[in-house]
Amino acid sequence: MTPVLSVRDLRVRFGDREAVGGVSFDLEPGRALGVVGESGSGKSSLALALARLHVGADVTGSVLLDGTDVLAASGADLRRLRGGRIAMVFQDPLSSLDPYLRVGDQIAEVYRVHTGASRRAAAAKAVEVLDRVGIPDAPRRARAHPHEFSGGMVQRALIAMALALEPRVLVADEPTTALDVTVQARLLALLDELRTDTGMALLLVSHDFGVVAETADDVLVMRDGVAVEHGPVDGVLRTPSARYTRELLRSVPRLDAPRLRVTSPARPEAPGATEGHEPPRGREPLLRVTDLRRDFVSGPPLRRRAVPAVDGVSLEVAPGEALGVVGESGSGKTTLARLVVRLLAPSSGRIEFAGRDVTRLSARDLRPSRRDLQMVFQDPLASLNPRRTVGDSIADPLRVLGEPGAERTARDLMDRVGLDPGRYDAYPHEFSGGQRQRVGIARALGPGPRLLVCDEPVTSLDVSTQAQILALLAELRAERDLALLFVSHDLAVVRRVCDRVAVMRAGRVVETGDVDTVYDHPEDGYTRELLAAVPRLVALDPVV
Amino acid sequence: MTLLDTEAAAGTDPAPSRRGGAWRRLLADRSALAALVLVGLLALAALAAPLLTALEGQDPTTFHSRLLDSARGGVPRGALGGISGDHWLGVEPGTGRDVFARVVHGARVSLGVALAATVLELVIGIAIGLAAGLGGRRLDAVLGRVIEIAIAFPSLLLALALMAIVPQSVPRPVLVALAITAVNWGNIARVTRAQAMSLRSREYVDAARLAGARPLRIALREILPGLATPLMVLAALKVPNNIVNEAGLSFLGAGVRPPTPSWGQMLSTSTTWFQTDPAYVIIPGGLLLVTLLAFSLFADGVRRALDPRSVRV
Amino acid sequence: MIWFLTRRVLATVAVLLVMSAIVYGLFYLMPGDPAVLACGKRCGPEQLDVTRHKLGLDQAVHLQYWHFLEGLVAGRDYSSGPDVDHCAAPCLGYSFQSDQPVTSLLLDRLPVSASLTLGALLLALVAGVGAGMLSALRRGTLVERLITGVTLLGFSTPVFLIGLVLLLVFCAWLKVLPFPSYVPLTRNPAEWARNLVLPWCALALIEAALFARVARAGTLETLAEDHVRTFRAYGVSERQVVRRHALRGALAPVATLTAVELATIIVSAMLTESMFGLPGIGKLAVESTTSVDLPVIVGVTLLSGTAVVIANAAADLLHAAIDPRVKLA
Repeated sequence: MTPVLSVRDLRVRFGDREAVGGVSFDLEPGRALGVVGESGSGKSSLALALARLHVGADVTGSVLLDGTDVLAASGADLRRLRGGRIAMVFQDPLSSLDPYLRVGDQIAEVYRVHTGASRRAAAAKAVEVLDRVGIPDAPRRARAHPHEFSGGMVQRALIAMALALEPRVLVADEPTTALDVTVQARLLALLDELRTDTGMALLLVSHDFGVVAETADDVLVMRDGVAVEHGPVDGVLRTPSARYTRELLRSVPRLDAPRLRVTSPARPEAPGATEGHEPPRGREPLLRVTDLRRDFVSGPPLRRRAVPAVDGVSLEVAPGEALGVVGESGSGKTTLARLVVRLLAPSSGRIEFAGRDVTRLSARDLRPSRRDLQMVFQDPLASLNPRRTVGDSIADPLRVLGEPGAERTARDLMDRVGLDPGRYDAYPHEFSGGQRQRVGIARALGPGPRLLVCDEPVTSLDVSTQAQILALLAELRAERDLALLFVSHDLAVVRRVCDRVAVMRAGRVVETGDVDTVYDHPEDGYTRELLAAVPRLVALDPVV
Repeated sequence: MTLLDTEAAAGTDPAPSRRGGAWRRLLADRSALAALVLVGLLALAALAAPLLTALEGQDPTTFHSRLLDSARGGVPRGALGGISGDHWLGVEPGTGRDVFARVVHGARVSLGVALAATVLELVIGIAIGLAAGLGGRRLDAVLGRVIEIAIAFPSLLLALALMAIVPQSVPRPVLVALAITAVNWGNIARVTRAQAMSLRSREYVDAARLAGARPLRIALREILPGLATPLMVLAALKVPNNIVNEAGLSFLGAGVRPPTPSWGQMLSTSTTWFQTDPAYVIIPGGLLLVTLLAFSLFADGVRRALDPRSVRV
Repeated sequence: MIWFLTRRVLATVAVLLVMSAIVYGLFYLMPGDPAVLACGKRCGPEQLDVTRHKLGLDQAVHLQYWHFLEGLVAGRDYSSGPDVDHCAAPCLGYSFQSDQPVTSLLLDRLPVSASLTLGALLLALVAGVGAGMLSALRRGTLVERLITGVTLLGFSTPVFLIGLVLLLVFCAWLKVLPFPSYVPLTRNPAEWARNLVLPWCALALIEAALFARVARAGTLETLAEDHVRTFRAYGVSERQVVRRHALRGALAPVATLTAVELATIIVSAMLTESMFGLPGIGKLAVESTTSVDLPVIVGVTLLSGTAVVIANAAADLLHAAIDPRVKLA
């Protein structure tokens, strides 16, 4: 079959930095190519270059779309190609439509630009395509503004916009990254269906190997602007030829992968680790949360309602145990984490820490417990003061506690988490994402906590960095008898780190238990749905 | 949102800017450097005003009626407002006082009042803004309203009224500075409050709270450094703003009183002479304009230096 | 919506009450006897007592303020022995200088100030927004540098200096325009405009500079937003992208700014009126402060405060009309 898109030696240069350094590939009608890479690999630059959307970049090579070279097309031709032949879906659903205009009008506008249809016909077309991509009650929703749509619905609307023009190629740049797994699964299914029905080719850019493995026929692995590997998905998964691909595949957290276990010399083998992963029941729980509830007040005055974010949650964490809390956005998992460390005050319920009721303690009375109870935040950049040196950030909790030699201890901690203590005086922006998270962990370790609450600690990191941070956490646990309350949306990551797991939905815990039991034999319907939605690396014999 | 706010907001985010880097950028910025030199010269001239007038051999208060053409209503004799070797910038129409002497002495008043008012506004504005932004919901409800009202008042009107009713025994320049402060601290307080509120909800502040840090420590160590950039930009913009305020008050006759010279006052007098003695408009007016441009350019440079990303705006 | 309006009206009333209390307190309780100011320097002790009684200055402070509020809402009577002056609502008292009711003094001068302010505002909006957007769309060209320069000049020059230069050039040198004096619009529209051209330009230049900066920033910001990229990616022409998708984003902040800036505009208008000798409220304010005419000062302050507070509420409504994401509550 003749390829509909044929890219040869594509290079994108910003000043003297080359984002894409000579990529070539073909894409046949009805096929799907997945482009995988970590941040900075040039995959998004590649996607934008296909429709010549870069501003202020030097793009060379050739992009033959249906026989026309996109890079050489004149202004008017380029506008005809954009949308008409090659359409785009972008990552961030919150900002990819005009907030001021109705969704239907925006689709109609683009349709009229390309077809010159009448207003009425364009409006009808908008409703038709919205209906086609599965927007319920399309005639009414077409009159809504983008902010009234959920993230998944905006992505559907963008796909509808593309669909109206019947392009030959759809480029989707991380279309599901901002979405929950269940929504992601439905969107990927839609893309599959449309591809089969219309014969449109799909170029899917993603950092998530699982997403690509489930959707694409071929995969192109990018690193530092070049393709390190290119071939059919099954082949690449089964027998990756490039070393980088092998490393990448090994880093990807998998639902079926074994747990990370590090045995420390001090504590030969955690009793729970060998036999059935039972939590170490013998001891008194370190943290006990009983019927915890937190309401947020919202709505117009007079009709103000208390909406529960956490709605009667009870759980326990034993000393040295890792409890995972998984859930989708809005499930209340982050609120729960912030309640436990008392950054938020509970509306009702009880929090006991090491046998002491801390539910209603004032900030002052809570101070002694702070030593034992620390937190690692989701966004390592936001959680470090940009105007203070990382050394200061790590030493500060120790200074507050009045410990002598805070600076020396801070340097030791930097060394422990794998940072060069010589960079004590460096600022957060001088570090990479993974290094910053190491700083965050070192800061939390300073006071010598017994429970570390981690709120999505690896979500903003690339998979290979993720794997390193998770390994570090596992080591520290073993070494310090540290208990973890590990909050994450990523089921695979939780399985890798935790002993037990609690699944949250709409503020409640729907299922809790030993990780292996819950993952292999889920009892609750929602847990089952969640697990089924996680994209898998389908190749049966994994690399390892 | 006034222009001051939008400009300050441009320097808001915790740009990874080191102070040293900011200085280097400022000194490498040609227009800012030129403005800085100009501002420095003006300040020097103002400081050395008695020396400069002694050099000229004049003083700002002596009348020279023989230099005026009484047939033409008291316009200075000679070209360009009577510029001569004795009177470098000519003499004032109607009185014959030396313009150069009045201009340099006027610079002392203008710059002195503007600087004093700016410092006072910053102190009051930051204190109230921080208290509102960090002090809890109830305090904020009160102080927030106070700030709102302070901003809603037409400032010059209130300053005029204040100048009219306060006792006359206090030295006028001090009064002018106080009146300007009283009506202009509002937007500094507003910027400080908004900024403190946004910084307060940052995760690194949560981290400090988790470490058991007390509120004062958090305010000083975690929040104040983040306020420095927008406040420095705001302060730099406030100086020219206050020069205008002082000139406006004097222009309306509510600033410093006649024997003491001021630029606004000279311009006010010149409205009656602009047809017969244009030089008297151009000299103080031009000087005021150059001063303001220099300060504005400098403020622009400060903003660019502190926040390299905002250059596009 | 209804809730928003009620809340806004209540808040407005509250702010005005506080404002009036501050102004009233500040001016009436300051050292210096209002009765002396009202009666004049040559009043004897008896006349002073009469004046004091007539103005109610012999009553307790809170009663005085209460009567003042009463007068605002319902009108009040001033009695000095046999004759009674009725002052209809909204009563702001009588000027110490001219013995005219303050309310009618203000109303007489309102057309002048309104002509000046609204005309200049319109001019500033058109010129400022146009220049701002143009400089954003023509980045790196001579046009941009020129507009940036003029903007800086306008932003840093006090209005009376611009006024003086305009007078110098157009009245003294070129002699194409008259020295402004107010001609009512109803009497002769052409003369009205001709006389107001210079004051309009002086006032507009300052505000236009501000609008230009904000419009420029808004345009640049919107053009860098993701949704603009979406429409470019779907083949919409640059012209249509700007017209349909960037314009609104650029205008939204200007709309809010206009209302918020009203306090500054009023101040600049005051200076402009004094500068050109236009008999508006600003000139009245300046005159009343030099003669310490307390009722007039209070009246002007309250009037302009009201305008600012109402404009802010209007700005919120406008903002909600432009941006569907904003909920009025």
